[in-house]
Amino acid sequence: MEARFAQLKQEGRSAFVTFVMAGDPDPETSLAIVKALPQAGADIIEIGMPFTDPMADGPSIQAAGLRALKAGMTLKKTLQLVRSFRDSDAATPIVLMGYYNPIYIYGVDRFLEDAKSAGVDGLIIVDLPPEEDTELCIPALKAGLNFIRLATPTTDDKRLPAVLANTSGFVYYVSITGITGAAAADSSAVGAAVARIKRHTALPVCVGFGIRTPETARAIAANSDGAVVGTALVDALRASLDPEGRATPKTVSAVADLAAALAQGVRGAQQAAE
Amino acid sequence: MTTAIPNSYRSGPDDRGHFGIFGGRFVAETLMPLILDLEKAYAEAKVDPAFHAEMTGYLKHYVGRPSPLYYAERLTEHLGGAKIYFKREELNHTGSHKVNNVLGQIMVARRMGKKRIIAETGAGQHGVATATLCARFGLDCVVYMGAVDVERQQPNVIRMEMLGAKVVPVQSGAKTLKDAMNEALRDWVTNVHDTFYCIGTVAGPHPYPMMVRDFQSVIGSETRTQMQEAEGRLPDSLIACIGGGSNAMGLFHPFLDDPTVEIYGVEAAGHGLTQLHAASIAGGRPGVLHGNRTYLLMDEDGQIEEAHSISAGLDYPGIGPEHSWLHDVGRVNYLSATDEEALAAFQLLSRLEGIIPALEPAHAIAKVMELAPKKPRDHLMVVNMSGRGDKDVPQVGDILRGRARAQ
Ligand SMILES: Cc1ncc(COP(=O)(O)O)c(C=O)c1O
Repeated sequence: MEARFAQLKQEGRSAFVTFVMAGDPDPETSLAIVKALPQAGADIIEIGMPFTDPMADGPSIQAAGLRALKAGMTLKKTLQLVRSFRDSDAATPIVLMGYYNPIYIYGVDRFLEDAKSAGVDGLIIVDLPPEEDTELCIPALKAGLNFIRLATPTTDDKRLPAVLANTSGFVYYVSITGITGAAAADSSAVGAAVARIKRHTALPVCVGFGIRTPETARAIAANSDGAVVGTALVDALRASLDPEGRATPKTVSAVADLAAALAQGVRGAQQAAE
Repeated sequence: MTTAIPNSYRSGPDDRGHFGIFGGRFVAETLMPLILDLEKAYAEAKVDPAFHAEMTGYLKHYVGRPSPLYYAERLTEHLGGAKIYFKREELNHTGSHKVNNVLGQIMVARRMGKKRIIAETGAGQHGVATATLCARFGLDCVVYMGAVDVERQQPNVIRMEMLGAKVVPVQSGAKTLKDAMNEALRDWVTNVHDTFYCIGTVAGPHPYPMMVRDFQSVIGSETRTQMQEAEGRLPDSLIACIGGGSNAMGLFHPFLDDPTVEIYGVEAAGHGLTQLHAASIAGGRPGVLHGNRTYLLMDEDGQIEEAHSISAGLDYPGIGPEHSWLHDVGRVNYLSATDEEALAAFQLLSRLEGIIPALEPAHAIAKVMELAPKKPRDHLMVVNMSGRGDKDVPQVGDILRGRARAQ
């Protein structure tokens, strides 16, 4: 992760971070999509761990998780997916994103061991605030995995130090108060928020929630160390499925093509800023 | 008399909201600052005599407290054992115990200057109570309710709308209480700046399980006094149904440190514990959902399973964290009653006592029918009659008419 951000810094540009749901719409297609993302220009890949009750996600990502679960996806298979991806790509950082319960049931120590050996670089667990750091964050840091925390518009200067204390890899700034898939925040507000966070940390700050188009991606990337896109990719995937919700020959390219366009947007941010 | 014993069952949660390993605060960062504000606001209210005076006034003149402690003579004679008393929470304004908690939370919301209230509801009783107090205090009210529950609890949907609340049918998942709670949390994450989430039971992130328990404890406190007046001593056993567990916790909590008092909580066994049910303790494991660690129904991958109960108010795959702890330490006995047992109890009580219970407390009555005959005649048993059956009359009527026709 650090190497990737150092490299981006050298190239003088922000990161393009993609989110897709593991096992959506089925395990094989999902692996093909994840493999296609670095070629499409993804610098970091977030992989969703499907959960029945994703309380901070909007309808698109909720539905993606349910498609994956219906196709038999499990936490164990999610780790296998990362392992398979690592066979052909050792460089692209992989961050698992999800909710705590499946990890808790898998067993925290066993999970950290398996995740590390599968090639996972970091974790984002939506329902583990700093108040619950002893559950997973501290053990993850000990195991050598990054624990990436979300900061939000409600995280004020008083609270930021607590949120940042055990954060590593990067800070994920959620640009709106809301669920995934909601409207985007305007880029000037995001710029101010990123600057505020940077007064408290030397870590890169990536911004997500509500980025759907190359233009927004460009504007957000110009004001931060990275732009995260999830719902738009998941929507492109869904639009490519057949009426029964199964993958079609277009599914992988539907996601990859949109990712490539968004990556161009992010890369354009740098030229625009120069 | 309760004397302060060193290992009190009543001292939880700790300052981070834990009852043993249960409880805690497992929510998205967006909500944390607000939850910390709420914790502070509630801590201040708790020690403010003006807050208590205001609560007491509304409890008496608006809710209609104290609710009676009624000796159910005919049921007692019929069962031929313990002397059975009902704590009549169904006589409260809005028809259930839910109003005790809602009044408390709305008072806190007003202190915090919040103008918009959201709630989730299963049976609709919590939704009706919330809509009622929002009407009374001129607050905007949005109630999330699973689409299945909107169907089976029509009378309450109509009541909420009459009271000026917006009822949002939730189409995700099994379209019942769990999904309504997810949707309410999504609304809260989105509208955190002006919105107060009024949770309907002793669950959710700290301080909710503690705060709701405190507001519901009026049930047990009154029961102590009333039983002293009626019989000159404490009851020998307490029994209440459990969805999330707020009516039960309200009755139990003031008695937890009285070692002579046996305590029973009744979960919904639905079609039976080996089939579809809603008994989190009998059929679940500790896990993390909706902001707290507690017993949950789930598969081996940690995915939450749908609950089933004939009673919409008990149809939830979890239970309040303090109950999980009371189970693990062995202070409370958790039993379960099936849909059929609850239906039978519903009919028996209607005929014998002229009280049509809600399907929720009918689960408790079902276990009274089992336990009471085994107790001596001087055994004093208190059942929490948590709600009246008006909301269930159409549903139970359909079931009974359907059976009559099939015969
Ligand atoms: C009458 C009645 N009793 C009990 C319950 C279950 O809730 P709790 O377990 O929190 O008391 C409900 C919930 O809707 C209810 O309406």
